[in-house]
Amino acid sequence: MTTTVAEPSPSATAAPRATGRGRLVLARLLAARGAVVGAVIVLLLFALAFGGPYLTPWDYAAPDFSALHQPPSAEHWFGTNGVGQDVFAQTVRGLQKSLIIGLLVALFSTVLASVVGACAGYFGGWADRTLMFLVDLLLVFPSFLIITIVSARLKSAGWIAFVLLLALFNWMITARVVRSMTISLREREFVRAARFMGVRPLRIISRHILPNVASFLIIDATIAVGGAVMSETALSYFGFGVKPPDVSLGTLLAAGTSEAPVFPWLFYFAAGLLVLFVLAVNLIGDGLRDALDPTSGARPRRSRRKRRP
Amino acid sequence: MTTTVETPLLAVRDLRVDFAGPDGPVPAVRGVDLTLHRGETLGIVGESGSGKSVTALSVLGLLPGTARVGGSVRLDGRELVGLPGKELAAIRGRRIAMVFQDPLSAFTPVYRIGDQIAEAVRIHQRVDKATARRRAAELLDLVGIPAPDRALDSFPHEFSGGMRQRAMIAMAVANEPDILLADEPTTALDVTIQAQVLDVLRTARRETGAALVLVSHDLGVIAGTADRVAVMYAGRVVETAEVDELFAAPRHPYSLGLIGALPRLDGRGGPLVPIPGAPAPMAELPPGCPFAARCPLAEERCSVTEPALEGADGHLAACVRSAELAARRPAPSEVYPVPELPAPAGSGDRSALTPVLTVSGLGKTFPLLKGTVFKRKVGEVYAVDGVDLDLREGETLGLVGESGSGKSTTLFELLKLGAPETGRIELLGRDTAKLTRAEAHRLRAELQIVFQDPMASLDPRMPIGGIVAEPLLAQHTPREEIARRVPELLRQVGLDPEHAVRYPHQFSGGQRQRVSIARALAVRPRLLVLDEPVSALDVSIQAGVLNLLQSLKAELGLSYLFVSHDLSVIRHLADRVSVMYLGRTVEQGEVSAVFDRPRHPYTRALLSAIPLPDPAAERDRDRDRILLAGDPPSPTERRTGCPFRARCPRYAGLTDPADRARCEQERPALDGAPGTDHQAACHHPEPPADDHGR
Repeated sequence: MTTTVAEPSPSATAAPRATGRGRLVLARLLAARGAVVGAVIVLLLFALAFGGPYLTPWDYAAPDFSALHQPPSAEHWFGTNGVGQDVFAQTVRGLQKSLIIGLLVALFSTVLASVVGACAGYFGGWADRTLMFLVDLLLVFPSFLIITIVSARLKSAGWIAFVLLLALFNWMITARVVRSMTISLREREFVRAARFMGVRPLRIISRHILPNVASFLIIDATIAVGGAVMSETALSYFGFGVKPPDVSLGTLLAAGTSEAPVFPWLFYFAAGLLVLFVLAVNLIGDGLRDALDPTSGARPRRSRRKRRP
Repeated sequence: MTTTVETPLLAVRDLRVDFAGPDGPVPAVRGVDLTLHRGETLGIVGESGSGKSVTALSVLGLLPGTARVGGSVRLDGRELVGLPGKELAAIRGRRIAMVFQDPLSAFTPVYRIGDQIAEAVRIHQRVDKATARRRAAELLDLVGIPAPDRALDSFPHEFSGGMRQRAMIAMAVANEPDILLADEPTTALDVTIQAQVLDVLRTARRETGAALVLVSHDLGVIAGTADRVAVMYAGRVVETAEVDELFAAPRHPYSLGLIGALPRLDGRGGPLVPIPGAPAPMAELPPGCPFAARCPLAEERCSVTEPALEGADGHLAACVRSAELAARRPAPSEVYPVPELPAPAGSGDRSALTPVLTVSGLGKTFPLLKGTVFKRKVGEVYAVDGVDLDLREGETLGLVGESGSGKSTTLFELLKLGAPETGRIELLGRDTAKLTRAEAHRLRAELQIVFQDPMASLDPRMPIGGIVAEPLLAQHTPREEIARRVPELLRQVGLDPEHAVRYPHQFSGGQRQRVSIARALAVRPRLLVLDEPVSALDVSIQAGVLNLLQSLKAELGLSYLFVSHDLSVIRHLADRVSVMYLGRTVEQGEVSAVFDRPRHPYTRALLSAIPLPDPAAERDRDRDRILLAGDPPSPTERRTGCPFRARCPRYAGLTDPADRARCEQERPALDGAPGTDHQAACHHPEPPADDHGR
């Protein structure tokens, strides 16, 4: 596991001068093929979602009564559904919603979880008890019910309120795990060393605690992306969240599932895009995790081989 | 060489062990030959990763399944390698018994000690339970556990580390084995306990007539116990000889370097002789002699073929120049490059120097809590109970004590820079109790710490450039200044500034500790607290770090508070020393005064417990060895009188009841002859030295 570097030798290739951790992580991230591929896929999905509507003459809501249940053709690229709506237009419209909801919910809930969990674990005492009481309280609330009640009132605020609501009920378990990891990290010598050096607590949390729980946070966030899309679907199914005639990938999937054996184009285009999206996010997450964890991956081994002629 | 009539008890021939690695098998042992005769003690010494433990474990077939063992191990002529597990099990414990390093994990925590020893007896002997239990009590008595009948019913966690190790030895000798394998049996123990355990091992060997294989990294332990020594490096025995012969005239440069790299208790050393470089990784050993890259005597032929282990009259060495070494008998410093160290400042009048740290009567208690919901206080742990320290500019103060003596608590109280529970701390002339938060933050720049474990004290997720910059950031140093200072610091501690982008795991232990030192020096402190800075390092690496500390001190005018359990290191580095026992300072003073003429009986026992890496001197010392009885008492009670008296040989020897009463009732204060820098907290100290001392 520990690769030992030989004594300073002139043969070692000249290292880049950048010493900041941010730049190092970025360099490692860009060197990881999976992460770059994932990022490109996500960017392409965004381009498709927001550029797609301009490519097709059809509107996602307007029906074309001359083509019901048509398979994919030059006219309707992804075919049409039972009321003659263009599936391509619907899919890209749904993709817009799902991309934004998935990424933002994961981002918000992970940030909230890491801040609350790390603060509770690091400070301990009353801060810990208060924050954990809050977490327990939110855990016992039936979140589904609250979202259904509140989202009806927040109709005017639109999708951003919906994203915040989903995030608000998605972070508690992560926070508890982060808290317990922080408690064990707090006693580690490097955290203690930082404290004795006079580093301020919030700085210790951001510089030492969070990078050391990053692996967990990243895995959790990538799972949360898929989870957020699915819970949005569930809410939409009951008529909250995304309301018809507006669509999301989730509502498309829900509508298309029963018809999938007969009219596969209603289901598989939306499903494929969703799988692609979650896969790409996972690739980015894996790359980010490896970039943050210096002991992982084949990079050091490769460079060691390079040094030996 | 092979004309011995008697077959050896244990003969290891060309033992090879490979472990499966991600890139193919990684060798751990590469052709080891060992011979053990009846009743003999063989010491195997080597640094971490040299394959010494793997060699010991492979004799018993205790290696994990990923290991491939080749070669031959013969016990009384019977081959053990490749023997089916069932037959090996009959030998383990009966013929060959093992004493492990960590006595806590070697006992099953849920069974009583007595049952576990009785079980060991009943596995190999057909006796009933009552007999086995009686035998267990006898064994515990043999290893010197008080009240063995009661001890039988104790659980392992109720025993202290030293008692557990004794019980382990009792279990090992339960079936009167022919061979005792002891793998680092005293590494986890304090020196006074180590002395007890080594004594028990000798007793057990004498009583059972078993041969002993003692595996250790500590040359002192080996020198005092072994008859013959095998030095291992990179999975091979590089030198083997009678113990006196090996220490007096080593024929392999590695053994010579090891001896030179070790600070000695009996000598005020100049610079230590470090072995340059780090051990070659076993996965990619170079062709030829594995030591060639670090060897000052290396020639061209060394990197071509690996020399064989050969020599005359039982003194074998695997070096092409061993004959030359045998003839010339050079001192380590004649062979290895010795770094130039600036001469220590003359010991003039101490009182003229500015005080850096003054501690008086420091106390710290921790509450003992009981209950899960409602915690109530049921007692107190007196972790620190009267510590006095006095450190002046440019000095090194060594703080010595066994585990549980309150060293770490003292340090954390100092580093807290707040009001102590009792007593007074003055740092650079300022009372820490009266500091405001901003002042305390500024004062932190003057006081930095280097921790024991360089791996744990460096954030694994941060490049070392960031680690070194951390204290500078905390003191709001401008960015350009940090960018300039980091390479400078890395160069100062002997690292390549280009390595600032690497992560801690890419460095070896010694290099990591250098990073730790660079971080502590970043804000130009005046006082450096060193918490066991070298105890996690191998001897050859340790010497380099100690030399670095010495030269940095002279260069930068630092003061060190050096905490260590290793008295040899303290003797080598410190100007003054302060000895702690059970949270109190029991003796302090100028280092040569305390070490040459200790006045407190505890200090005397501590010093006599340290084994010297020199068999001849070790035998001389044997006459006046003081073996402390028992373990340090629990710090949860605050005893009246002297806390040491329960173990004190001097108290035990007192005849006058009035003298004894004084020890029992009156707490001794630090006291010494006026005008000298040497005080002891004892009512009946050893008389101050006259001229016949050293």
